[in-house]
Amino acid sequence: MRLGTDLLALAYLAAAVLFILGLKGLTHPASARRGGLFAMAGMALAIGATLLNPAVKSYGFIIAGLIAGAAIGTVIALKIKMTAMPQLVAALHSFVGLAAVLVAVGTYLTQGRMGTLGTVLLGELFAGAFIGAITFTGSVVAFGKLQALIPSKPLQFKGQHWLNLALAVAMFGAGAQFVQHDQLWLLLAAAGIALALGVLLVVPIGGADMPVVVSMLNSYSGWAAAATGFTLSNHLLIITGALVGFSGAILSYIMSRAMNRSIVSILLGGFGAGQADSSGAVALAAGQGAKTAAVEDAVFLMANASKVVIVPGYGMAVAQAQHALKELMDILEAKGVEVKFAIHPVAGRMPGHMNVLLAEADVPYENVSEMDEINPEFSTTDVVLVMGANDVTNPAAKTEKSSPIYGMPILEVYKAKHVFFVKRSMKPGYSGVDNLLFYQDNCSLVFGDAKKIAEQLAVELRAA
Amino acid sequence: MSEPMIALYIFVLACFVGYWVIWGVTPSLHTPLISLTNAISGIIVVGAILVAGSEDAGPLAEAIGFVAVLLASINIFGGFVVTNRMLAMFKKKK
Repeated sequence: MRLGTDLLALAYLAAAVLFILGLKGLTHPASARRGGLFAMAGMALAIGATLLNPAVKSYGFIIAGLIAGAAIGTVIALKIKMTAMPQLVAALHSFVGLAAVLVAVGTYLTQGRMGTLGTVLLGELFAGAFIGAITFTGSVVAFGKLQALIPSKPLQFKGQHWLNLALAVAMFGAGAQFVQHDQLWLLLAAAGIALALGVLLVVPIGGADMPVVVSMLNSYSGWAAAATGFTLSNHLLIITGALVGFSGAILSYIMSRAMNRSIVSILLGGFGAGQADSSGAVALAAGQGAKTAAVEDAVFLMANASKVVIVPGYGMAVAQAQHALKELMDILEAKGVEVKFAIHPVAGRMPGHMNVLLAEADVPYENVSEMDEINPEFSTTDVVLVMGANDVTNPAAKTEKSSPIYGMPILEVYKAKHVFFVKRSMKPGYSGVDNLLFYQDNCSLVFGDAKKIAEQLAVELRAA
Repeated sequence: MSEPMIALYIFVLACFVGYWVIWGVTPSLHTPLISLTNAISGIIVVGAILVAGSEDAGPLAEAIGFVAVLLASINIFGGFVVTNRMLAMFKKKK
């Protein structure tokens, strides 16, 4: 059976609607799984319809590729640890990017055979190839940083931005030549420059800015799909690409707003390179010294509290402390203590990272609050337990105009009666800024590994 | 209206749909949102299939098409399976 043009278009329209409904399902956790099913149905429909397209003449390579990809993808997705989600996502983005480059080159070869290459199509092929190439190598570097294969510290050198600019000019130059002269090597040259550009754009960006990088690459992978849609005059690809592209762009915007920094400054990179900041207030605070506390002190106050808020950060993910925290929550709730988790939008290495880890540990989503919901509640909170977060709790963001993090929205834990701040050492957070919270009367530092401390708290609270 | 213009119309309108739909997504599901959009960006498989299946373009195009289908397919299955795994973990209080 072969589908005619109209039937094919109808199937693609239905697939596009299913994708939109699928994303719409993520409005609430209760409807999210149904949303996932909608999206899957859309994909199945799109692939099925494409296979019945009369332009498809042989099936050997297609079936082999689909089956091998299905096997590899499913096995990886089932085995991956939830803490490794950012790496997996980066790796998957790189595949979309590379696929877009290959489709552009392949389309040039197949369409060129039929002699149907107009300037518009050549321009679209160039767009698909270069966006795909930047997505590919940018994602590979992001993967390397997240997997700690390469240092997550920002890598900077003199003239970096000028080099990037020169490469971008050269890339568009090669692209313009390609559109005029219709030569494959020009397309490949432009794609090659874009590959280098992808690497250079991500190396200067530090670890804790990764939520923005992951979202940006998510966005790029969408634009790459949309550009491919233009080359193939395929409206489903255009719609899907626009949805994905906007999704990533909005997430990048939310993330950069949560750090009070412009997307441009994040993409230019270099933040958190470890330039020690020693402004007056910080030096003064350091002189005042910070209090330390033992686990027993925290246990006593928590056992007698009516409300406890836990603030997790990247340190919780590194220590895999989410299960121990869930146990702590259960014990406290059994004692009649109200327990909530407070999540800052940029906690972790990708948007929503903490929420997934807490969900993995079976923490009900009603107990997990976003920053704007929880901030008014801190003044009535008895004990705040900060686990592996730092900059996002620093009151300097509100009070110190000279601080690099001034203006960043924070979790206002300093308003609580008592704050216990679990830390491995006195090292400052990602921004390199000392946390003024430590020098407040209501804050005590508890030194140790997040997971061990959480387990110790649970054991002693159960006995209390 | 020429074909590229129609495509442009669809693209711009789809951007607006994306804008409104994505702002409605709850922040707690931002990671599943990324993995789900990742899975559906595997729709590029449509282009890959057309390259891999057009017999008359020679073995090079077919080989390129095969690798593209493989990569897109890893994305689709990897993305959907991991999204499902995550969404299954978001539970209500018992």
